[in-house]
Amino acid sequence: MARTLFDKIWDSHVVQQIEEGPTQLYIDRLYCHEVTSPQAFSGLRARGLKCFRPNQIFCMPDHNIPTHDQDKPIEDSVSRNQVETFDKNVTDFGLNYFPMMHPKNGIIHVVGPEQGLSLPGMTIVCGDSHTSTHGAMGAVAFGIGTSEVEMVMASQCILQTKPKSMRITIDGTLSKGVTAKDVALYMMMKMTTSGATGYFVEYAGSAIRSLSMEGRLTLCNLSIEMGARGGMIAPDEVTFDYLKGRAYAPKGEDWDKAVAYWKTLKSEDDAVFDKEVVFDAADIQPMITYGTNPGLGMKINEHIPCVDTPSFKKSLDYMGFKEGECLLGKKIDYVFLGACTNGRIEDFRMFASMVEGKRKADHVTAWLVPGSWSVKKQIEEEGLEMILNNAGFEVRQPGCSACLAMNDDKIPSGKYAVSTSNRNFEGRQGPGARTLLASPLVAAAAAITGVITDPRELM
Amino acid sequence: MKQKFNIISSTCVPLPLENVDTDQIIPARFLKATTRDERFFGDNLFHDWRYRSDDTPNPDFVLNNPTYSGEILVAGKNFGSGSSREHAAWAIAGYGFRVVVSSFFADIHKNNELNNFVLPVVVSEDFLKELFETIYADPQAIVEVNVPEQTITNKTTGHSEYFELNAYKKHCLMNGLDDIDFLISQKDKIEEWENKAAFK
Repeated sequence: MARTLFDKIWDSHVVQQIEEGPTQLYIDRLYCHEVTSPQAFSGLRARGLKCFRPNQIFCMPDHNIPTHDQDKPIEDSVSRNQVETFDKNVTDFGLNYFPMMHPKNGIIHVVGPEQGLSLPGMTIVCGDSHTSTHGAMGAVAFGIGTSEVEMVMASQCILQTKPKSMRITIDGTLSKGVTAKDVALYMMMKMTTSGATGYFVEYAGSAIRSLSMEGRLTLCNLSIEMGARGGMIAPDEVTFDYLKGRAYAPKGEDWDKAVAYWKTLKSEDDAVFDKEVVFDAADIQPMITYGTNPGLGMKINEHIPCVDTPSFKKSLDYMGFKEGECLLGKKIDYVFLGACTNGRIEDFRMFASMVEGKRKADHVTAWLVPGSWSVKKQIEEEGLEMILNNAGFEVRQPGCSACLAMNDDKIPSGKYAVSTSNRNFEGRQGPGARTLLASPLVAAAAAITGVITDPRELM
Repeated sequence: MKQKFNIISSTCVPLPLENVDTDQIIPARFLKATTRDERFFGDNLFHDWRYRSDDTPNPDFVLNNPTYSGEILVAGKNFGSGSSREHAAWAIAGYGFRVVVSSFFADIHKNNELNNFVLPVVVSEDFLKELFETIYADPQAIVEVNVPEQTITNKTTGHSEYFELNAYKKHCLMNGLDDIDFLISQKDKIEEWENKAAFK
């Protein structure tokens, strides 16, 4: 039978199929951060186990770390304890480690691809739902719980039931002002937050192919927000160009062999998917969310719909919005550029292009947080930092930051934040915080005008 | 933890909201713990709905309503979406729930529940709707979850449904075994796979 890209990678990693049960799947790469790993390490200790394949495990703290003065001890003692516990665990178990301030440190889902650790054809897991990001490289990558982290540490394998397959095809040309983030928010609006639950998604079509590697990472990052187990894109020249020369990517003869193999990683023409979904690139416009799940989004110049359910009403109450309201011109308080969704160099280039020669609105607090030290360095080298500084913005140190507010970067209760992160759940960016998810261009436009603005008006 | 499953008969706690995400089940600020203290997580289950900003209980939230109690949480569709945090499953287990009933679960959270000996039971929309009606009409109504038979029965109406549970996981739940016990017994097969894969 003709196989999908997902089938090819899955099949090549099956250690065994358990009768009337899950598949035992071999895992090439495990990433760990400080939040979802401590109980896995203590589990191993309690069982007297070591990590089975420590070389295949890469660790870095990202969730708790402050985005300033990282050379000093973390002020919040609970966060500090979690990071110090992580330091000790990683050292005790002899794993690869990029600690705070290490030049390769950053958000796992930014660092993995940029260091060439996440490669086409791999199986990749991490105790973090946004592990779906790495699927952009043409890998099977998905988020897992802490018990599963412990399983992989103990055996380099995981027990999983094979998900159903879905292909989302978007053909056509993306319009002015439309970014990968808008494509994702558009899909979530159409599919809802559970529309892809139970499925592993492959993105296809000319609009997807036209995305840069950074854009593809943004898109796959948000697969989980439609409920998908993961999302992936078949590797092509964009992927190979991005990977060539990266620190952990294969070199020399190994590179040529790898590329030859990677070129076989695509769905066969007559492969059958359990579900096919098609969207038209021309229908996608700059997007913004108005509710408390990422599926509650709309085109930025549209009006909030009317939906008669208690969950929807609760959501609008929390946000302080009304049915039928248009958000353009609405005053906002915070702007956050960053996260594993939009913390890459291209996102900073977009933001900088929008604010160049303008000034940040006085009442807006803006947090610009690169996804890694490598991104931060590139921001400086490309002269973007100067542009941003001249427009009244400051570039902070890398980390997950205000995406989930585990460090000090919390949006105060009741305040509105236009955020390039991935979730607008109640309290996600701090208790009572009101999050509007959007692209870096929409965030930049709001930062300049101080109100929700269609970015195309400033372009 | 690791309490063996057979037949559970209990009253239920209703939470009819849809799309309950794991940030609501346990907010991120409680994830800084480095131990698996289920009591801590259980005490903070649904924290920001359960407590007001001054930390006093919110009387409008179901966990603070003494009318409802039991080992079974009945939730609206798409329960456990969002973050992969297993802390959400620890909080549900720590509070004392052994079964969560919904018409739809998010994938990662569903696995996390199973790995913590909390049974996610998927029922039809109709069954769920009737179950909410039953619980609101009589908070003492009993629901029976029969793991060997893979059935859930609304004892008030007598309506029963079969639920999916693969044979392997059923064996684990009924015998108090977890996946790690199994995987570490498979080292030979794993090394065999690695040797075969090495040529690539």
